[in-house]
Amino acid sequence: MLTLQFIPGYELNGLEVNQKIRKILGLVRKDRILVIEGRLSSEEEALLIQRTMEEISKEFKGVEICSVDYRKNEKTLPQKIREMLASMLLGGREGFSIVGPASIVREIKRNPDKIELLFSNNKR
Amino acid sequence: MVMMSKIRGFFNSIFSKLFRVKKTIKLGFYGPVNAGKSSLANRISKDFTGEEMSSVSKVPHETRTIIQKEKVKIKYNDKEMDFNLIDTPGIATRIDYEDFLKFKMNDEEAKERAKEATQGVIESIKWLDQVDCVLVVLDATQDPYSQVNITIIGNLAARNTPILIVANKVDLKSSKIQRVEDAFPQYKVIGISAMTGKNMDELYKEIFNLIKK
Repeated sequence: MLTLQFIPGYELNGLEVNQKIRKILGLVRKDRILVIEGRLSSEEEALLIQRTMEEISKEFKGVEICSVDYRKNEKTLPQKIREMLASMLLGGREGFSIVGPASIVREIKRNPDKIELLFSNNKR
Repeated sequence: MVMMSKIRGFFNSIFSKLFRVKKTIKLGFYGPVNAGKSSLANRISKDFTGEEMSSVSKVPHETRTIIQKEKVKIKYNDKEMDFNLIDTPGIATRIDYEDFLKFKMNDEEAKERAKEATQGVIESIKWLDQVDCVLVVLDATQDPYSQVNITIIGNLAARNTPILIVANKVDLKSSKIQRVEDAFPQYKVIGISAMTGKNMDELYKEIFNLIKK
């Protein structure tokens, strides 16, 4: 059975980055596929990859990650200012991230307009 | 860590400008697994020193430690500059030792390679703070929208490290440079073939443009 778990932004926003990554990895290692409100930053993604590599074993093959920032690059100055203010108020929660165990999520395909999660046929 | 890197970069930049120090540029080769980073590093190294610097293979994670070639004098037209070439292990989010069994390795060899590969990924990420500018090498036949590509470029952008995206393997019919350009419109993308040497002059020109930044 697949378990999809939604993590609201407020559950992670107060955590220090190492705690945040530990919490995410802990849940993924329990075979949960996480949908995290508020995308992980690039630095957090890099740290998640580092910590994942430290834990790779015969049983744990790694993770699949997909972070989506739905802000567009082509913006007018007022739009950018509004976005910056919203980001400051909400703690930079634009977008979302999906993180799942590599043994279950074979691949996450991303086109500019859609995201496809491809699952493994047999969990090793 | 990023903040320290930015502060160091700022002072290095001021110092260089004030005293016109001609320093050696640390040029990193970053990218996903099997994109051709080592082939490109070899091509550049061979063009300017006559020697290759890394071993290459179709088996994933052939490069599992940072490999450096120091004082490579790259020349283009009347310009020349010293570079330290830094070939890094490919970055991945998953490593399964069983994948290596397909390449005629026994169980122990596959496990050892997987273990070394995980260390290589960690080392690559740590080195993001050490490089002055980066060639992000992507396989032009593959989907450019992968998270690994986005994470690498996002981390370099956060450190204000100048980037040139190199779409490798343009000698293959299935390569699509346009797709890479569409995925990363804010960066210069140059299509090359590290294997055949196609478009290398253009790459050298763009490397000099990159270090002006």
